[in-house]
Amino acid sequence: MPSLSIDRIRKSFGTMLVLEDVSLTAEPREFIAFLGPSGSGKSTLLRIIAGLETADSGEVWLEGRRIDRLPPGERGIAMVFQHYALYPHMSVRQNMAFGLRNARVPPDEIERRIAEAAGVLEIDELLERKPGEMSGGQRQRVALGRALVKQPSLFLLDEPLSNLDAALRLRTRVELAQLRQRVDAAVIMVTHDQAEAMTLADRVVVMNDRRIQQVGAPMDIYSRPANVFVAQFVGSPAMTLAPAQLVEDGEFAALRLGDGSVVQTRVPREGLPAGAELRIGLRPEAVRVAGSEGATTKGKVELVERLGERTLIYGRFGDGQRVTAEDEGDSRVKVGDEVPLRIDGAAAHVFGPDGIGYHSVGA
Amino acid sequence: MRAERDWRGLLFVAPFLLLYVVILIFPLLRGFWLSLNRADLFSDGHFVGLGNYVRLAQDPVFGTSLINTFEVTLMIVPPLTVLALGLAMALNRASKSAAVFRGIFFSSAVLSVTIVTLIWRFMLAPDAGFLGYVATAFGVEPLPFLSDEDLVLPALAITTIWWSIGFPMLLFLAGLQQIPEDMYEAAALDNAGRWTTFWRITLPSLRRTVVLVVMLQTAAQLQLFGQSQLLTAGGPSGASRTAVLFLFETAFGRWELGYASAAAEVLFLIILAVTLTQYWLTGRATAAQGGR
Repeated sequence: MPSLSIDRIRKSFGTMLVLEDVSLTAEPREFIAFLGPSGSGKSTLLRIIAGLETADSGEVWLEGRRIDRLPPGERGIAMVFQHYALYPHMSVRQNMAFGLRNARVPPDEIERRIAEAAGVLEIDELLERKPGEMSGGQRQRVALGRALVKQPSLFLLDEPLSNLDAALRLRTRVELAQLRQRVDAAVIMVTHDQAEAMTLADRVVVMNDRRIQQVGAPMDIYSRPANVFVAQFVGSPAMTLAPAQLVEDGEFAALRLGDGSVVQTRVPREGLPAGAELRIGLRPEAVRVAGSEGATTKGKVELVERLGERTLIYGRFGDGQRVTAEDEGDSRVKVGDEVPLRIDGAAAHVFGPDGIGYHSVGA
Repeated sequence: MRAERDWRGLLFVAPFLLLYVVILIFPLLRGFWLSLNRADLFSDGHFVGLGNYVRLAQDPVFGTSLINTFEVTLMIVPPLTVLALGLAMALNRASKSAAVFRGIFFSSAVLSVTIVTLIWRFMLAPDAGFLGYVATAFGVEPLPFLSDEDLVLPALAITTIWWSIGFPMLLFLAGLQQIPEDMYEAAALDNAGRWTTFWRITLPSLRRTVVLVVMLQTAAQLQLFGQSQLLTAGGPSGASRTAVLFLFETAFGRWELGYASAAAEVLFLIILAVTLTQYWLTGRATAAQGGR
């Protein structure tokens, strides 16, 4: 039995539809990330699960119980808010005890749970402090602690790392990953940061434009994007998308790019829409600067980004099509150079006119 | 060079300083000096030391007026604070009707005391007043609010609450809007009911506003004057004479400026003491809660 199941949720604010028939299930102890740009409906979906918004239609079930009609406090859900939402006039201990006292948990049990959570999160020393006397990272831990002590069936994390500085964000990400091993509940995290989603989640739910675009394991989303949106949104820098013509030949699709070069992909030809305008999708690592012998095409360099272990090259093919390519960390490529490029056809994706993605077999 | 600069700085504040000294400091000192003299409006009078204060301590009319002042302040401030908070909470929403009602409830605050007392005279008069009319309609004997010694202070209090509710309501509205929405969402997820949310989230978040409203209103109502003068002229038989009304009658009825100044100094010290006590008490309560 799935832990959480969402069935055909629909929600509009006024005349604006923000969620259109969204369905999803989560397994027990699964960590799911809702990934999408602002306005994709991911936060609204989270708030509907929490009970902070009411769906126009559809059902939410948690552990075999229909919860979409229950008030938020009775759903067995704990949430960590983006801005933590700690009660400023209460100490950390009181913040953590508040929900438990309201739920009539016996005092000694409350103390036991607080002590346990404080131990796990290393906030024992902060228990008597007020939120105003703590750093952002400490508040974040307290917010997690307040959720932990409730021992919920489902944790909701709303952009949990967005308020932390870069170094702290990385550390907290690791801690979140460790923490989830300890909790016996499913976790849903909303984020617009793909690195967070990819590193933490068992499954990523990519949302855009009122709908779920794709649900899958992080690497699945990366290597087999369901459509153009997912392909462009996941992965940094974004995938190059170039118009391409199908060359009538062979078992796998061979595509001719605008500059005349042909890429032999590993995408089965069968199933591709015939005679249609296709696009080829190339991640930076599929387009490499090559020696003159291995090159399949060439590009004019417009920008070079040296990242240390690798170098990103932004340029254009002969026909003016933009492309992002990759080179070694010690690349000597300069802006204005014309460099030979080798396109790895086995790593290429093909997108139909409706944006649907087709991928290599065995990839 | 340095001294010259200091003087130039003084020049910049001089216009205000002059005004401040002429309008505030001088009258304050002059008032205190007057309180040590036996003086009327037309002569310089002569020095009597603490004579006026001794006389005040023995004056039953002043004593009664002080007691009346405390009573009416106690009748006004707590209900006014509670009502203003209730109104603010009821009207703290974005709807059009809430905006209209906010305007309506604030509108009484822009009226002058003359109009307010006029309105409430119509309301309270037992024979022709609105409340009397309602009472008669229900077959009840109308209460003689303005002529009964026990009812006149409550009548003053009702009038004053009606008149002054707008500003505290506004302060509470401002305070309520400072409370982030996610605090209430967290409380909802924490299973907090309406009462728990009010007592544990809303009220603690408004503590500073409550303190401000109580202190401002206490200081204001200890100086209650216009309502009592215009509604009942302190009557019946002095039952609604407040300290400031006593002061007014002494100064501008009997022209005993020195004696009135002494009464003013006493009232000033009382208001100062009450305000400082409140400030000290809330400071202690804050410290007991560990700051913030």
